[in-house]
Amino acid sequence: MGCCGSTADETTCGCSRTPEKAGPTVLVDGFDPAKKIPPWVAGTVSTAAGIAPRIFTKLLAADVMGAWKARWGIGRMNYTIAPGLYAVGTPDVDSPVLVSANYKMSFDRLRRELTGIDAWILVLDTKGINVWCAAGKGTFGTDELVRRVNGFGLEDVVAHRRLILPQLGAPGVAAHEVQRRTGFKVIYGPVRAGDLPAFLIAGNEAMPEMRQVAFSFMDRLVLTPIELVGVIKPALVLIGLLFVLMLIRKPSAPFLLLVDHTIVAFVPFLGAILAGAVVAPTLLPFIPGRAFAWKGWLVGLVWSIIFVFSISADWTLALFYLLVLPAVSGYLTMNFTGASTYTSLSGVVKEMKTALGALVVSAGLGFVLLLGRVAGQALGIL
Amino acid sequence: MRQQYLRNVVTLDLDSTKCTGCGRCVEVCPHAVFAIQATSGRKAEIKERDSCMECGACAKNCASQALTVRAGVGCAWGIVRGRLTGTEPNCGCGESESGSACCG
Repeated sequence: MGCCGSTADETTCGCSRTPEKAGPTVLVDGFDPAKKIPPWVAGTVSTAAGIAPRIFTKLLAADVMGAWKARWGIGRMNYTIAPGLYAVGTPDVDSPVLVSANYKMSFDRLRRELTGIDAWILVLDTKGINVWCAAGKGTFGTDELVRRVNGFGLEDVVAHRRLILPQLGAPGVAAHEVQRRTGFKVIYGPVRAGDLPAFLIAGNEAMPEMRQVAFSFMDRLVLTPIELVGVIKPALVLIGLLFVLMLIRKPSAPFLLLVDHTIVAFVPFLGAILAGAVVAPTLLPFIPGRAFAWKGWLVGLVWSIIFVFSISADWTLALFYLLVLPAVSGYLTMNFTGASTYTSLSGVVKEMKTALGALVVSAGLGFVLLLGRVAGQALGIL
Repeated sequence: MRQQYLRNVVTLDLDSTKCTGCGRCVEVCPHAVFAIQATSGRKAEIKERDSCMECGACAKNCASQALTVRAGVGCAWGIVRGRLTGTEPNCGCGESESGSACCG
């Protein structure tokens, strides 16, 4: 990446403003057509303000693979593209300007919908964060938009004065302020990039359903891998603890037997994790109640009842599982509030005030019970 | 299926005396909370308060400052992180694209 956007002091930078002596200005930070270009760049387009890379609208295998990796949290924070102005098709001075974030997955979701459309894409530097989250943080915001629009002279590239922003960028952008500071009118496009062609054909009009955020089964399902990745560390700690417990119980047992017992002991917890991080999130609207912790707790309870009956546990062990496992599931599903598209800050604060305490008390009681049982057994042996 | 979170918790507030009925809030709201009244001055009204997720888009884009809301992330882990670091609730992560989410 070039000087802008990647590091250090951006205020002293202003790189896209200063044309280099050799050759025309390039409208994307750090982009050099003479050097190695990304596989999704098809060439360049000349404008009155400088050169913009022309991009493909077809996603390559590498793009699909990159999205898949990001879903699992691999290199997700560096899945970025250089901010600046890109061209799709053969845009001219009348073509629409679509604004996006520099999270590569956001950019890919946009460009794959634009086959057969001539447009400009203005990519803001959102530090590799998607539009909605970046808008919440303010990096997809009024100042960055104004800086980009005025920075290289968008008014020389297009004859009109309209910017089409994704609707989910609205929490970070004050449309009236952008207009005052740049002369460009902000039009909020549809929530989903897939609706953009229809929106453009309709003369920049969105149907009401294009304005609404959904949270469909698939939307929820694709977010569960990252929930699981988040649980790996505590799960490994738990497995370690269980192994130590097995070792204390039977110090003379062969290693493989201990491993076997550890795995068996982990099964109920694995079930609770899957219940809270995968099953409850995907079945979210079908589980009664509104609070996420409650929904996760319910699914965890169902799992623990099934488990307790399947191993026909004695009453203390059964009670231990019934107190601890649903609490684990409830906690994990409560964390899914961050991935959902409809939970409010005030609501989550309220939910946490009651739920967190209840979950901790429930799990705590379970462990006290287990300790009592172990102590009782030890005394019985003595 | 319309998905709603807890009832009667959101901090959204509309001052009708300041509203000019421009319709920006209807445009930016991702949960169709607002409508412009057909009668009585063609001003905005809050139709589905419990659908509000406090994203802050409406207040940010209200040129006449008729709308207020305590905007923030509805994210349990973000709130815990905020408490721990003494800052605003913050997700500190970057997930997804069209409709989905922040943390996670």
